[in-house]
Amino acid sequence: MKILSLDPRVTRENIDVETRDGELQPLEHFETYEVFEQRKRGTHHVHVGNVHAPSHELAMVFAKEQYTRRGQCVNLWVVRTSDVFVTEYMDSDIFETTASKKYREPDSYKVIDRINAFKAREAAKNA
Amino acid sequence: MEFTEKHVEGLKDLLYRMADDLLILGHRNSEWTGLGPILEEDIAFSSMAQDKVGQSLALYEILHELGESDPDTVAFTRNDFQFHNCQMVEFPIGEYDFSLVRHFFYDHADALRFEALTETVFEPLQMVTKKFKGEIKYHTMHANSWLKQLAHGSEESKIRMQQSINELFPYALGMFEPSDYEQELMESGLFIGEAALQQRWLDVVVPTLESYGYTVPTDAAPLFGGRKGVHTEHLQPLLDEMTEVFRIDPSAEW
Repeated sequence: MKILSLDPRVTRENIDVETRDGELQPLEHFETYEVFEQRKRGTHHVHVGNVHAPSHELAMVFAKEQYTRRGQCVNLWVVRTSDVFVTEYMDSDIFETTASKKYREPDSYKVIDRINAFKAREAAKNA
Repeated sequence: MEFTEKHVEGLKDLLYRMADDLLILGHRNSEWTGLGPILEEDIAFSSMAQDKVGQSLALYEILHELGESDPDTVAFTRNDFQFHNCQMVEFPIGEYDFSLVRHFFYDHADALRFEALTETVFEPLQMVTKKFKGEIKYHTMHANSWLKQLAHGSEESKIRMQQSINELFPYALGMFEPSDYEQELMESGLFIGEAALQQRWLDVVVPTLESYGYTVPTDAAPLFGGRKGVHTEHLQPLLDEMTEVFRIDPSAEW
């Protein structure tokens, strides 16, 4: 049997993905959902992967089993992949910065020197 | 109150029912591993099958403390007529609709049985039911999500699910076959009894299925037998397969 797609239903239903007209219908091909896991209350949700599912509810059920089994998790988000808006890599120059803007970055404040100086003073005091 | 010999016999019978259901259904559901409808579901269903075998071990360990043989001997050396599982769990996996409906019926009963036993006077069992609370809650979430999804999937999915509901419902009622110790279990505070559990189960399962648009054949007569060792022709072949490796060398250390 020729494998037509990584989605087993495409092969089982013998759907011609190359030449057929129109989009795959929802029952022929599940959508993907992005999964975000929270390790501890109050911390950020972190993207951990995605799942195929026919609904948000089953995406949640699958995400729990795929991504939270071995780690600690207190909360999950699932978001339909098609609802995520992304930048284009060709626009990645918008993230570039110039040396003259350095003063706007938190790391241009020389606070680490003052922290080290404070630590040295404390160490000297306790010595 | 003091436990008499009959109380202990009743307790053991209850534990065997629970443990044998979990072992047999866990084994059955594991037959889907590698064959599930999609990868995500394959992983979820296999993982729940493992949970069931793990839960059965915890209950066999309690039985061992009550004087029964060790878990491996109990699980792997009995013949079909010595098993207390209900008949529903021993049927072959069939098509996925059949396995999902069985999972829905069984796991709701399991969840309610464990919940009722959080108040048993027998402390070791109380501890076990608390330990598996989260696992079992996930199992019922999984079952509900699929039953709901397939009620609204396609005309075919709804018809298939409804057929499996009709076919399995009399066997599902067989889960609550009364034991010979109902009175002893209830008067001692060990267990609420099968009749009360069945009512709790109906109160959950019937409205849930109806809310998804299915009909429930509530006038069906229960099919009993399994709890008293009367099984279908499907159980012994399952046991033969399950114990195949064990029987090569029963004294092997794993």
